[in-house]
Amino acid sequence: MSAPLVTLQGVNLRLGGRPVIQDVSLELNPGRITTLIGPNGSGKSTLIRLLLGLLQPDSGKVQRQPSLRIGYMPQKLHVDATLPLTVRRFMQLPRRMDKTALREALAMVNADHLMESPLQSLSGGETQRVLLARALLRRPQLLVLDEPVQGVDINGQIELYRLIGEIRARYGCAVFMVSHDLHLVMASTDTVICLNHHICCSGHPEQVSHDPAFVELFGLEGARSLALYSHQHNHDHDAHGNVISDRPQAPAGCRHG
Amino acid sequence: MADFLLRALLGGIGVALVAGPLGAFVVWRRMAYFGDTLAHSALLGISLGILFDVNLNLAVVVCCVLLSVLLVALQKKHLIASDTLLGIMAHSSLSLGLVAISFLPDLRIDLMSYLFGDLLAVSRDDLYWIYGGGALVGALLLKLWNPLLAITVNEELAQVEGVPVTLTRLALMLLVGIVIAVAMKVVGVLLITSLLIIPAATARRLANSPERMAALASLIGCIAVCLGLLASYQWNTPAGPSVVVAAAFLFSLSQILRLPHR
Repeated sequence: MSAPLVTLQGVNLRLGGRPVIQDVSLELNPGRITTLIGPNGSGKSTLIRLLLGLLQPDSGKVQRQPSLRIGYMPQKLHVDATLPLTVRRFMQLPRRMDKTALREALAMVNADHLMESPLQSLSGGETQRVLLARALLRRPQLLVLDEPVQGVDINGQIELYRLIGEIRARYGCAVFMVSHDLHLVMASTDTVICLNHHICCSGHPEQVSHDPAFVELFGLEGARSLALYSHQHNHDHDAHGNVISDRPQAPAGCRHG
Repeated sequence: MADFLLRALLGGIGVALVAGPLGAFVVWRRMAYFGDTLAHSALLGISLGILFDVNLNLAVVVCCVLLSVLLVALQKKHLIASDTLLGIMAHSSLSLGLVAISFLPDLRIDLMSYLFGDLLAVSRDDLYWIYGGGALVGALLLKLWNPLLAITVNEELAQVEGVPVTLTRLALMLLVGIVIAVAMKVVGVLLITSLLIIPAATARRLANSPERMAALASLIGCIAVCLGLLASYQWNTPAGPSVVVAAAFLFSLSQILRLPHR
């Protein structure tokens, strides 16, 4: 196997006097999808920022392959309403991009119809897809996604994860992403790292979900609800969003459109 | 046309041309209060300039840049909320400037002209400064346009993509500092921010791209200068404030008129 794209060795970081990252070591290898999970405030975003070089560790080493092309998709994008910026112009920052490549990247995430829309008019899911397309445009060797499905409804999430898998298959890039939902990403991830300031456990998703450290971190209930959301999504929808029921009644807690 | 009027017109237009695009960044990045603070500190630059006998325009630029570096350093420490910090810096530097001026012996300084501008007294030398400084700001803006836009949209994204964020941010402050030094002659330290933000805010509803908004802001600024000078000539009103009133009038007009919404 070729050399890792990014290597972290014994990385420590304190922020505001509190240890946020403790002795974290990991490797990101070409073409592999790695998912980072952990409770709120466990240092997931901080780890991403260390990895990207936006933060420097107090001790330990962060090594990126020289001239590594990284496509980064931030957690959220806030652009002031006073800035008139279309998706097309946004995709071309800070450099001009080839027109066909631009169209292709947007088409890949089913967002080519949004080309001329003002950035601020997009919905949460549309914004995420445009950000993903923008990251793709740089032909990244490593795609870093900080909570890519935030503010996206369940079907959108499934769609987005499917898309990430497809992108890896087509471009052969490695993916490093933060997720709250192990079971949703299970099918499309190779390695799971469970973080609570330090690495609690890591490995294949099946393996991690039964790891005692994982169950302890999220609690038995928590570990389960991570899987299935707070409402039980045990039914399907037809094209109009109506519940297709093979039971006499749809579950009471779940009402859609 | 009287010579002084022509010089006033040229000076005002020169300032409005660069204030447009820079004002757009001030609006997009919500730096209005920051600009105000820098402008207030310009008076301190004037008094220090007189005290040490250096060129006043230069003293103002240096003072603005030093203050903005200090502001950024203090903001990073999170000692106190940003707007409180800006308020403290704005008014204490203005007061410090006023106190320092009172210590200068045997010098009668026309304080009002520094506070509210003296457009009708723009000299040939002033014009050189305005157009020299303006050309420098314009050239830097052209060169830094895309990186500046990138850090305005999202600083982290820009950094990952190889934009030198800290340097670009510093450059923006330098540009604001130069424009303040240059615009002081026209509208004075107390009204400079208005020349930055009002034309840009007026241009917002007419523009569908950042570049167009910047260009329109320049144009609207120029119209405000012409209208203000005309009013000043006609009714003998103070020139600087008249320009600001004209700009505010154009802004109101842009909000009232039913424009195609973009």
